Amino acid sequence: MAFQEIKLYQTGTFVVGNRLLDPEQRTVQARTGRSNSLTSGHRACQGCGEALGARYVLDAAMRATDGKLVAVNSTGCLEVFSTPYPESSWQLPWLHSLFGNGPAVASGVAAALRASGRDDIRVVGQAGDGGTVDIGFGALSGMFERNDDVLFVCYDNEGYMNTGVQRSGATPPAAVTATTKAVGPEPGNVFGQGKSVPLIAMAHEIPYVATATVADLHDLEHKVERAMSFRGARYLHVFVPCPLGWRAASADTIRLARLAKESGVFPVFEAEAGEVTAVSRIRRQVPVEDYLRPQGRYAHLFGDHPRPDIVARIQARADRNIARFGLLPEGDE
Amino acid sequence: MDKPFAITLDVGTSRANKTGSWRTERAVYTNRMPPCNDACPAGEDIQGWLYEAEEGGAGYERAWRRIMEDNPFPAVMGRVCYHPCETACNRGQLDEAVGINSVERFVGDAAIEQGWTVSVTAPASGRRVLVVGAGPSGLAAAYHLALAGHDVTVKEAGPMAGGMMRFGIPRYRLSRDVLDAEVQRILDLGVTLELDTKVTDLDAIRGEYDAVFLAVGAQLGKRAYIPAGSASHVLDAVDMLRDVEAGEKPLLGRRVAVYGGGNTAMDAARTAKRLGASEAIVVYRRTKDRMPAHESEIAEAEDEGVLFTWLTTIKQVDAGRLVVERMELDEDGFPRPTGELDELDADSLVLALGQDTDLTLLEGVPGLVVEDGVVAVGPDLMTGCPGVFAGGDMVPFERSVTVAVGHGKRAARHIDAWLSGAAPEPAVRPALATFDTLNTWYYADAPRAHRPLLDRARRESTFDEVVLGHDEATALLEARRCLSCGNCFGCDNCYGVCPDNAVLKPGGSGPDYLIDLDYCKGCGICVAECPSGAIQMFPEEI
Repeated sequence: MAFQEIKLYQTGTFVVGNRLLDPEQRTVQARTGRSNSLTSGHRACQGCGEALGARYVLDAAMRATDGKLVAVNSTGCLEVFSTPYPESSWQLPWLHSLFGNGPAVASGVAAALRASGRDDIRVVGQAGDGGTVDIGFGALSGMFERNDDVLFVCYDNEGYMNTGVQRSGATPPAAVTATTKAVGPEPGNVFGQGKSVPLIAMAHEIPYVATATVADLHDLEHKVERAMSFRGARYLHVFVPCPLGWRAASADTIRLARLAKESGVFPVFEAEAGEVTAVSRIRRQVPVEDYLRPQGRYAHLFGDHPRPDIVARIQARADRNIARFGLLPEGDE
Repeated sequence: MDKPFAITLDVGTSRANKTGSWRTERAVYTNRMPPCNDACPAGEDIQGWLYEAEEGGAGYERAWRRIMEDNPFPAVMGRVCYHPCETACNRGQLDEAVGINSVERFVGDAAIEQGWTVSVTAPASGRRVLVVGAGPSGLAAAYHLALAGHDVTVKEAGPMAGGMMRFGIPRYRLSRDVLDAEVQRILDLGVTLELDTKVTDLDAIRGEYDAVFLAVGAQLGKRAYIPAGSASHVLDAVDMLRDVEAGEKPLLGRRVAVYGGGNTAMDAARTAKRLGASEAIVVYRRTKDRMPAHESEIAEAEDEGVLFTWLTTIKQVDAGRLVVERMELDEDGFPRPTGELDELDADSLVLALGQDTDLTLLEGVPGLVVEDGVVAVGPDLMTGCPGVFAGGDMVPFERSVTVAVGHGKRAARHIDAWLSGAAPEPAVRPALATFDTLNTWYYADAPRAHRPLLDRARRESTFDEVVLGHDEATALLEARRCLSCGNCFGCDNCYGVCPDNAVLKPGGSGPDYLIDLDYCKGCGICVAECPSGAIQMFPEEI
């Protein structure tokens, strides 16, 4: 386990807080003094996983750095819904330049702070999966290979949601988007494309790489805190369900993230200097179907003309994750 | 204009944008009925007092006071209650039910050790209420009536207070120190107890009181016609248990047969073993799974070496032996004689076939109706005679200490209302917090702690308490296994999971949350992720 398991307080291990716990043992999100880095009034959709994930990450980073933090944002939902001119939802220094140059700007900010002798101020770069996996990827790889002192966070909602739900390099197979319709013998996004940026980041052998979801706050906050304890390039990939793009109920955002992890669809792990050091094991394993069914983007796999063959291929991918990262509960392997 | 290049508007916060206007549904904190509370015959707010006990330390006294609002016998309950709350507990579907009864015992014992007391704060009403019978029902009613400021007199036929708690339940299940302490606490409220005062003619004395609560119980053993030889030895279980409590040792012989399958039969057989019988055999006409006795009592009796013979009726009693007939169950599960006879060696036969009520004191009370040997009452527990209420074993309900205590509370509430001429406030029963309303992901796996039992050897020869209590750490852990079904317990999940920061915690610590309707978009994540199902969505009026 990556975080403290609190046995005596029966819900303390998984819930946000607990009235019986010492405030220091609760999550950052349980505290009334949390920085609310992304404040109310933003224009994210109902139940937005990315808005939630961004606040989780930045509040934890603010706490870890004692409030000395600058955020650099690539273009994307997160940037659009938080800063319609002249309003801003950000309660920390925040910069936005272009879609493709977020990691480069973050490198620049870190260099400028270092040059001005303020390396006590830390830098977080953040983007959606479009700005990370596709458009900002070259700049990101450069930031990694130079080992610039930036934590780069990708909020992965598996598509270009802001512009109308188009496919990205993080869109999973069979999912329907505006550019991968549910037509033909292999409906939705094709199998065998896309990439895993966490594994690519590990290949750069940077100090710290981790994945997390909005369903496990203790784990997510632990990873942010851990990331901020390193100097150099760090990468955090956060799985954030998108009710709009995934055609799911807004109340299901956290549930879907949980099911993605529990089914093995999204492996949660952390790595240091290119080696996996810990995985979040599955607690209550579910078949991928439990994860797919609540999402309209997979509706063509069920319904009147079900495609159990495609569901089985998705299950095989999850099973590969489980085997590759050793995700089964201890004793079940 | 003193603004940077190309800037025409001042920077403002997005809080100017009240996203609450997007909402079509609203999240509301609600209280559902936890299944334990729903099942409690004494109407305890179990989830409520477990919530207090979970805190440990000062929380135990608060928990005890919450119990005392409904039930003046926490330490007795923690020993003799058959805990229907645990049968109903939602945690039973997750791993194993919360050991509510063991926590109640811990809290009740702590109260006795620490000397916690309650006191009357209501002004004296000047009304006099007579309670007939100092059993669990009568004492509970006296307690609640005294707290409401009434002048209560309890008339008890026997030499000591407690009723079936003393003369029916053996010491090895309920220590008399505990019973005495909890009875004394009620008397300390100013209740007048008159012992050895049998009410024989209620009609003659009821005019002296403003209201009467009848709780005389049921202590006449039911008789079955069994042909018996002159040298045979047959006695009633209730008489036997009463004699033992009074210090007499009934003559039972070496081999004792007990006829019946209820809790009294178990008590009689286990008591016979303790009195020195080498063999105690329970004779029951149906099968083990159809015995009305509680399974824990059956298990403890078996553990102590009590023998059972199922599907058997007794045809005749002779000196030293019984003639028995084998039965079989028909397709409806009723026992049917087979005609196959057998013999069973037994020096004595104890009959535990149920109890009747001695209702002779009620003769001449106008309007009072007796049906099937019990007193007919309305939902307010009032008999046909205005101002005369009845409860416990003498009215047609399930018979247990907890039911009786619940009757005492209910009768007291209605007597209080009747005396003041007002209708009692109707008890609100919200919708049940069923298992599917919970999000059980958030509860950590926590196996149940079972109470230790006394050594077998000591159980066979002494009347020491068989079931022992938890220590503080174990009781606390058990309390914290509560899922808090349907009610907020301050886990901060809603506060954490809102993507719009629209859940507020004005007190700084739960459970005291507010939805900020200026910004709540109505996504419903807080509802879905509430572990205990304490938040519900309601449509907005648009």
